[in-house]
Amino acid sequence: MSHEQDIDKHVRTYIKVFGALLVLTVVTVAVSYLHLSTGAAIALALVVATVKGSLVACYFMHLLDERKLILSVLLLTVLFFFFVLIGPWATELNPIVL
Amino acid sequence: MSATEIPYTVEARPDTGLNNVKIGIWLFLASEVMLFGALFASYIMLRVGAAEWPHGSHYLSVPWATLNTVVLISSSVSMVMAWASLIRKDFGKYRLYMGLTILAAFGFLGIKFIEYSSKFAHGYLPETNTFLAIYFTLTGLHGLHVIGGMLYNLYLWGPGAKMWKTNPQQFINRVEVSGLFWHFVDLVWIFLFPILYLL
Amino acid sequence: MEETHHDDHHHEELGFWRKYVFSVDHKVIGIQYAITGLVFLFFGFCLMMLMRWQIAYPGRALPIIGGLLGDTRMPGGVMLPEFYNQLGAMHGTIMVFLGVVPLGVGGFGNFVVPLQIGAPDMAFPRLNMASYWSFLVGGVIMCLSFFAPGGAAQAGWTSYPPLSEITPVAGQVMWLVGMVFLITSSLLGSVNFIVTIIQLRAKGLSFMRLPFFVWAQFVTSFLLLLAFPPLEAAGFMQLMDRLLDTSFFLPSGLVVSGEVLAVSGGGSPILWQHLFWFLAHPEVYVLILPALGIVAEIVANNTRKPLWGYKSLVYSVIFLGFMSFVVWAHHMFITGMGTVMSAFFQTTTMIISIPSVVILTVLILSLWGGSIRFNTPMLFALAFLPMFAIGGLTGLPLGFSSTDIHLHDTYYVIGHFHYVVAPGTIFALFAGIYYWYPKATGRKMNETLGKLHFWPSFICMNLIFFPMLMQGLAGLNRRMYDGGEIYAHAQPVIHLNEVISIAAWVMALAQIFFIVNFFLSLKTGEKIGENPWRATTLEWAAPSPPPHGNFLTEPVVYRGPYEYSVPGASEDFSPQFDEAAAPNSEPVTA
Repeated sequence: MSHEQDIDKHVRTYIKVFGALLVLTVVTVAVSYLHLSTGAAIALALVVATVKGSLVACYFMHLLDERKLILSVLLLTVLFFFFVLIGPWATELNPIVL
Repeated sequence: MSATEIPYTVEARPDTGLNNVKIGIWLFLASEVMLFGALFASYIMLRVGAAEWPHGSHYLSVPWATLNTVVLISSSVSMVMAWASLIRKDFGKYRLYMGLTILAAFGFLGIKFIEYSSKFAHGYLPETNTFLAIYFTLTGLHGLHVIGGMLYNLYLWGPGAKMWKTNPQQFINRVEVSGLFWHFVDLVWIFLFPILYLL
Repeated sequence: MEETHHDDHHHEELGFWRKYVFSVDHKVIGIQYAITGLVFLFFGFCLMMLMRWQIAYPGRALPIIGGLLGDTRMPGGVMLPEFYNQLGAMHGTIMVFLGVVPLGVGGFGNFVVPLQIGAPDMAFPRLNMASYWSFLVGGVIMCLSFFAPGGAAQAGWTSYPPLSEITPVAGQVMWLVGMVFLITSSLLGSVNFIVTIIQLRAKGLSFMRLPFFVWAQFVTSFLLLLAFPPLEAAGFMQLMDRLLDTSFFLPSGLVVSGEVLAVSGGGSPILWQHLFWFLAHPEVYVLILPALGIVAEIVANNTRKPLWGYKSLVYSVIFLGFMSFVVWAHHMFITGMGTVMSAFFQTTTMIISIPSVVILTVLILSLWGGSIRFNTPMLFALAFLPMFAIGGLTGLPLGFSSTDIHLHDTYYVIGHFHYVVAPGTIFALFAGIYYWYPKATGRKMNETLGKLHFWPSFICMNLIFFPMLMQGLAGLNRRMYDGGEIYAHAQPVIHLNEVISIAAWVMALAQIFFIVNFFLSLKTGEKIGENPWRATTLEWAAPSPPPHGNFLTEPVVYRGPYEYSVPGASEDFSPQFDEAAAPNSEPVTA
């Protein structure tokens, strides 16, 4: 997949991503000391975590230049991930009304 | 061993552009996504159903966990550097970076051990309440993944590295696959950290 | 690059253990799976036959066998309620997880898929072996739990808490540990199947030339891969509940036997149901899809014409697999679900019935105008069609919450899903055994014994499950220790209990023909060549039985899977692997 000539470019990217991940870790911890409302705190923390997770997946796991086959399997998985995440919760939020 | 040779164990199949192991590891990770997905779903269900839910920092140590986050992120970087070193055919650097990855894994588990011990010392057990129950389940399961990945990395650092001489391409594939698993473990922690400690 | 893979078959001799026990050959593993699955199916059936005694004759002592089971289970030959519950829970668990799935996916999948795609083996042979042994360990743990203190699990095959968390601890823990092994096994298996089908297809075998059986296994593997992990997570949590006193699934203030349970509380029993059915609904399709695949192969082969609508089959099975992840809560309409979510799950349930009907219609229409060969595999395959149709159609009232509230937890539900799985899937599995037995052994099974097996089984199946539908409509509840005889509303249908039980025992007798046939044919069956059914798919290009590595020359595929009675061809079948068998054929590139 990767050749020796692009690997230097890759390595520079890894270092940059590393820096970004460290900065975001500091941000998310710092924000938690601000005592935001629970809703805002959850939203912010999840946004930061999603950005960090995406950085790991896209650069360290090379998803940016991965084959379509694997991307489509992952897309399917992410879809089902949200089904299992949201389905029970939504049902909990919609109790029977007599 | 077996007289039958399975095609595409090392080389990519031309029309898919992938070898068998690469697809295999991604499928495995897909199932892992669903495993942790269900646990996150349980966390949500327990939390929305709870009369009150403690802030993570009430029971847990944010500084230790922040340090652990940094340790695990660093190990991810050294893991990918180990792989890049092999692409550059620099086996010495590979040994160095892989060694650092394994050390970081030990460090992570050590810090986790300190954290667990201090919880137990305070009498905070899984049976104390549902928050601690899901905390121990999620971090315990994640810890098992760390141990698994670390053991395989140890194998690739030690006896498994002989393959670099006999079949370098397959060895690079193995390191890549191990790396994918390791980054996934890192990725899970990136979500566990705020969910359990900061919210 | 392709040229380097012309296999050189130097057959090194392996010892007995490596060849037949710890084998990495997909055919041996497939046969191991199939035979183990059949043994578990028979064991699960025996549990049910015991239960049927208590249901038909509540409180009456069972002669001979009752005395053998000991005072902790059947004192004086009379079944204890606890033992009745163990039998019920373990019957369901064993039939689904240790019988049908290992036979349909582990057995047929392992044996047939690599052959049908022209591969020398599965992509990861050692993983394949690990998958079988993990399954066997899980199965043995499950069965040994009958000897645990307090007996086996008693909370139904669904293990619903809180019941599953207040029954004797050892049996339930063994159930959960066994389940973790089974999930590991199916995870290893499903990864292996998907990679094998994507990577090891022979030259010229594009996805739209795959036999439908391979498609069915492909979709099934995705269901196993992505639906099982949530149950594994739930299993871990229930283990924590049982062993470390957490209360993931126990609510605060739960009263058991007049006392408040001493737990930290705050858990949700409904959470278990969500995670369980997130697996268990796709699991229903894991049970059915391999069966549909088998039936499609056999129908095409014995009507001697192409399947009517191959593409519709393929697109339907993909859509079906996808939708099966969004219908799970239709098992939970009576858990206090509001109208919005209930409407959502009713809608998805009705949508998923569409591809099922398309598949069934395709198979039935394929019969039209064919000169049908009524051999034993075809009889079972033909019987599958109306049985599966009854099973499917009786599911519709359960998919609507208004009717489900009446029918939930009655014998109607039992009748419905058994029509799908027992005379449905298990008939298809029998069809598959009669169809591929010659490939595995080099000999055909006896036709007369096969028909003696088929007809009584077919009649008894309907005598067992049709009365259950009637009982359920009358309101008779399932899981009743006395068969429901104390209920006034059950009186008009209570006599059917005896009819059902006798039919079940007679059906057991009919299986003797199968067992005898299975072993006898190994020695006396008619010897056959590579292609006894004059079939078109790739497994029939290999010798019977195929050697290690499967094919003598690397197979190349020239056409679709069901090219029967092609105009201008010299024979009424044009195999995928035979270039000269029909005009105008070429391998597709890529």
